[in-house]
Amino acid sequence: MRQYFGRKLLIYGLTFVVAVTVNWMIPRFMPGDPVASMLARARVSQPAAVEAMRAYYTNLFGFDQPIWQQYLNFWGALFQGDFGISIWVFPTPVADVILGAVPYTLALMIPAVLLSYWIGNRLGAFAARRKLLDNTVLPVGYILTAMPYMWLAVILAWGLGVTAGWFPVAGGYSFALQPSWSWSFLVNLLHHWTLPFLSLFLVALGGWAIGMRNMIIYELESDYSNYLAALGAPTRLIRRYAFRNAILPQITGLALQLGVLVAGALVTEIVFSYPGLGSLILKAIQNQDFFLLQGTFMFIVIGVLLANFIIDIVYVIVDPRTRAGMAGAQA
Amino acid sequence: MSLRVNDLRVHYRTLRGEVKALDGVSFTMADGEILGLAGESGCGKTTLGKSLIRMDGRMRHAGGTVELDGRDLPIGDDKAMIAFRFHEVSLIPQYSMSAMNPTRRIGRMVAELLRSRGVPLDVKELESRLDLVGLPREVLNRYPIELSGGMKQRMVMVISTLLDPSLLIADEITSALDVSTQQAVAKALLGFRESGYVKSMIFITHDLALTSHIADTIMVMYAGRLAEKAPSNKLTKAPRHPYTRLLINSLPEIGVRHQDRMLKGIPGSPPSLLDPPRGCRFRDRCPMAGEECAEDPPPVEIEPNHFVACWKA
Repeated sequence: MRQYFGRKLLIYGLTFVVAVTVNWMIPRFMPGDPVASMLARARVSQPAAVEAMRAYYTNLFGFDQPIWQQYLNFWGALFQGDFGISIWVFPTPVADVILGAVPYTLALMIPAVLLSYWIGNRLGAFAARRKLLDNTVLPVGYILTAMPYMWLAVILAWGLGVTAGWFPVAGGYSFALQPSWSWSFLVNLLHHWTLPFLSLFLVALGGWAIGMRNMIIYELESDYSNYLAALGAPTRLIRRYAFRNAILPQITGLALQLGVLVAGALVTEIVFSYPGLGSLILKAIQNQDFFLLQGTFMFIVIGVLLANFIIDIVYVIVDPRTRAGMAGAQA
Repeated sequence: MSLRVNDLRVHYRTLRGEVKALDGVSFTMADGEILGLAGESGCGKTTLGKSLIRMDGRMRHAGGTVELDGRDLPIGDDKAMIAFRFHEVSLIPQYSMSAMNPTRRIGRMVAELLRSRGVPLDVKELESRLDLVGLPREVLNRYPIELSGGMKQRMVMVISTLLDPSLLIADEITSALDVSTQQAVAKALLGFRESGYVKSMIFITHDLALTSHIADTIMVMYAGRLAEKAPSNKLTKAPRHPYTRLLINSLPEIGVRHQDRMLKGIPGSPPSLLDPPRGCRFRDRCPMAGEECAEDPPPVEIEPNHFVACWKA
């Protein structure tokens, strides 16, 4: 057991290092100069003042140091929880900007991922080998899963937001309200949350339903299912066993899909101008905000790795064969 | 009579038409009889075994009746058969190695299976049966993957016979085992009959030598039909059907050096059952075939309990 998780942790550690490195590289090799854009925003016309400001900012952000020194500094700062200062909303620390956005993204992602996974798997399992349901769930599932997130988001925004007028199409809450723990604010929050949630939920739902349906059909053909049927076991028991076995590849699928889901969430946020990490990334890119971009990526990387690690643990709990393998490795 | 099968016909639905895998088979089994069912691949022996307990989706009951302990088995009606399965007819499948749910502890699986059939789990009884086949009691707390192939086989045997079925179908259960395990399995089967866990048994195999040790009666099938059925020693010592003779001749014998005498096979292959030829189906491969073989030979009881479907016998 310890060996297994030790190996897993090592792999996650390596992934983390590579991710951090890539993360550090991307904004730095992106075309454009953030300091120049800050200077442009300041609209100072005196060349001497511009020069002084440039020197100040370059020093402040550490751009005057050699590139390897910048890399090492980046790691050092990372361990102190220091992601730098945002250029876009100068001088707010990046960590504060991100912490303001993270709750929105999590509130969107976690229910969308878990609910779509749960309902999709149930739906697929239920539809498998039931003619009428299968003939409806399957095509609908294919259509849903084939939709790009942002496209479904645009359609929902147009249909339910603009045309029907049921839901607001932009923002995390009405601009008329101040964030507070009041009922009216929470309801407003939920109202704004519905459409982005739906677009994430629906696309993922179709994929899970199709995957589960196929897995269940495969499991119902398997030897243990046939044996149970030959002994007259009711369909309910056979299907329950099939589900239990079919869920294993779906758990792996969840781990694999997580990155895609996060990417989908980011794009969806942008469509709905939802104040989460996705919108933040867009802003960071538009404003050449290295630090904000790095910090956001960092959060996403940590989040995905953490979720994958949790899935690894869940898998060990659910599949006895992985546990048997571990016992073998110990002996 | 424990089992009475009368002119049973079972067809497989395929895209090219119906494959007549079982084309009019009749036989009876006495209480406590072990019937060895032999024949080459595709002769219909597994189809017969499956028909008696659960047909798969491609199989169609095309005619004939099956009677078990005086009651009609509704073999063509999947739902009506459920009441008989496990209680009256049970199966040890070909695939014992993968017959148990890999994600359930065996004991829990057995308990859930029994509960779903409305039978309380008698732990003492289960444990005494584990003892009988030589399995340690803690297998119930293990997952199937933690058992060896032979252990899984024996576990499945115990599960299948737990409700003391009247008829047990053992479908090629020794095919994947080494000879010493084969013997252990054969012994266990005989033990089940002695302890009264099963009344009668159909032992499906292509291993004539092993069958003759276990079975009281051997039935040889060819191309979906009965070729010969006789008490074991009679069938092996004095076979009457040319197919049985050739089959037995093609077995290696102890003490014979096969460098000197080449093992004989049977040239040719069985006819397609999609559209089987008229007359005796063994005709094309039979060294004794004659004019009369163009007509179907009916199974005839030439001696008590010795049935042969051949004009020349």
